[in-house]
Amino acid sequence: MTTSTLQGSGIAIRRVSKVFPASSGPVQALTGVDLDVREGEIVTLVGTSGCGKSTLLNIVAGLERPTEGEVTVSGRPVTGPGPDRGVIFQQYALFPWLTVAGNVEFGLRLQGVRRREAAATARRYLELVDLAGFADALPKELSGGMRQRVAIARAYAVNPSILLMDEPFGALDAVTRVELQDQLLRAWSAEPKTIVFVTHDVEEAVYLADRVVVMSPRPGRVSEVIDVDLPHPRTEQTRLSEDFLALRAHVWERVFHGRDLPRPR
Amino acid sequence: MRTKTGSPPEEVAALATPTPADPPDAPLAEALLQEPRRRQVPAGVYYLASVVVGIGIWWIAAVAGTNELLPTPGAVARAGWDGLRDGDLLTQTWASLRRVLIGFLLGVAVAVPTGFLMGWYRWANSALEPWVQFFRTIPPLALIPLVIIFLGVGESAKISLIFLAAYLSCVIAVVQGVRNVDRVLLNAARVLGAKDRHLFVKVVVPASLPYLFVGMRVALGNAWATLVAAELIAADTGLGHMMKTAGTYFEVPTVIVGVIVIGILGMLMDRVVLYLDRRLTRWQDKSES
Repeated sequence: MTTSTLQGSGIAIRRVSKVFPASSGPVQALTGVDLDVREGEIVTLVGTSGCGKSTLLNIVAGLERPTEGEVTVSGRPVTGPGPDRGVIFQQYALFPWLTVAGNVEFGLRLQGVRRREAAATARRYLELVDLAGFADALPKELSGGMRQRVAIARAYAVNPSILLMDEPFGALDAVTRVELQDQLLRAWSAEPKTIVFVTHDVEEAVYLADRVVVMSPRPGRVSEVIDVDLPHPRTEQTRLSEDFLALRAHVWERVFHGRDLPRPR
Repeated sequence: MRTKTGSPPEEVAALATPTPADPPDAPLAEALLQEPRRRQVPAGVYYLASVVVGIGIWWIAAVAGTNELLPTPGAVARAGWDGLRDGDLLTQTWASLRRVLIGFLLGVAVAVPTGFLMGWYRWANSALEPWVQFFRTIPPLALIPLVIIFLGVGESAKISLIFLAAYLSCVIAVVQGVRNVDRVLLNAARVLGAKDRHLFVKVVVPASLPYLFVGMRVALGNAWATLVAAELIAADTGLGHMMKTAGTYFEVPTVIVGVIVIGILGMLMDRVVLYLDRRLTRWQDKSES
């Protein structure tokens, strides 16, 4: 494992607030969020809808600007998207007119990598996600799980130090979801990245994480950060262990009580 | 969508039966045929039967003599053959086709860049949209008097009319295509390191290609319809001119030959665009949209 690729890839989120204008008045999506993500660590953001977890991820990605506060990556303030931060979207976001290999090569070609070299790199990452045999397929020919694996390979190919994942497995069936969680952990141990992973699935949040960040809505804020000291590599046995179940119960309780309850008028 | 030359005489309307406007969608037909326990009759059989029955009805109507001016399909075929032999039909057809192709290609060539500009930049849209919307409400034929005054009855007059017809229908489709580009795809490209110019070439252009093809199909149909109508009013060559001249001498078979050639060529051109569309946008997931 090379530590050089990881050097200084920590994320520092400082007093970040985000207000969205809306027809019914401004909406406070995030308020005063402080969070540090250490390099090489997997942090999951979990919470009910409207807690601002996706907004926070988009701010780190540089796709949205915070209304207040600042995000720095390796000490440099984020001013826009960059290939140092790969993003994986829930909707897969593959380019439908490109083949699987073409999608994985996309970022490399933008960086001026030669066609032949880009193709070789793409092949390597497609092997990492077990899709080497589908290099020439079009996205429409793949299942949802396969599409998301292509998206993971595409993000890995440009070698970002950080991966930002926005409910990436949310649209998949339960079995495919578990397979992809394991595949992500395998890829992560083969080539470690700093990962911020947004999910509303408590089990997924605990299974993947080194730390679980529980967020609560209206206004979106961090309500608790929970350390997950389960050993790696994580397997089916992990899911059945006492420690896992206890953590899952704890996180669930925090998420459940942090949610918006309908109030009597 | 496609306006044929004015209101055709009733005798000619009988033609509508043997020329089906659109054959069944190929993938749909395939899907239907793949259904289990279904008698597999190829779509082509119905297609052919429809044409044969239509011509048969026409023939009976002509022989029964409901109207002595209605020629039999045989007489029309003879007129067509004569036209081919003396070369006149080909000359007139080529004159019409040339105008359509030049006007259509110019229209698309201008619609693509302006459409992309309008779809991508708000200022370009604000500046150009009023003009597009204004001219869109005017049937191109209503401009013929003006065009004749400024450009006469020569080639440039006809070509500019076709250009306008093709441009207006195509530019709107391109604008739609650019506006409908999935924002998630733009974000996906940006996080992979794409700058604005990359976004345009590598995402916006391919993503809006299906819309461009829809625009081209509509544009070609409108261009063809506009041309033939323009030739009926002001031209000394072309299929429209040939039909008008024949009409004044009551040479009904020649008029019908003109109608048939116009219909067949229109369908063929549409098929060509459709074929290109299928080839170039095979990546589309039709089930998703």
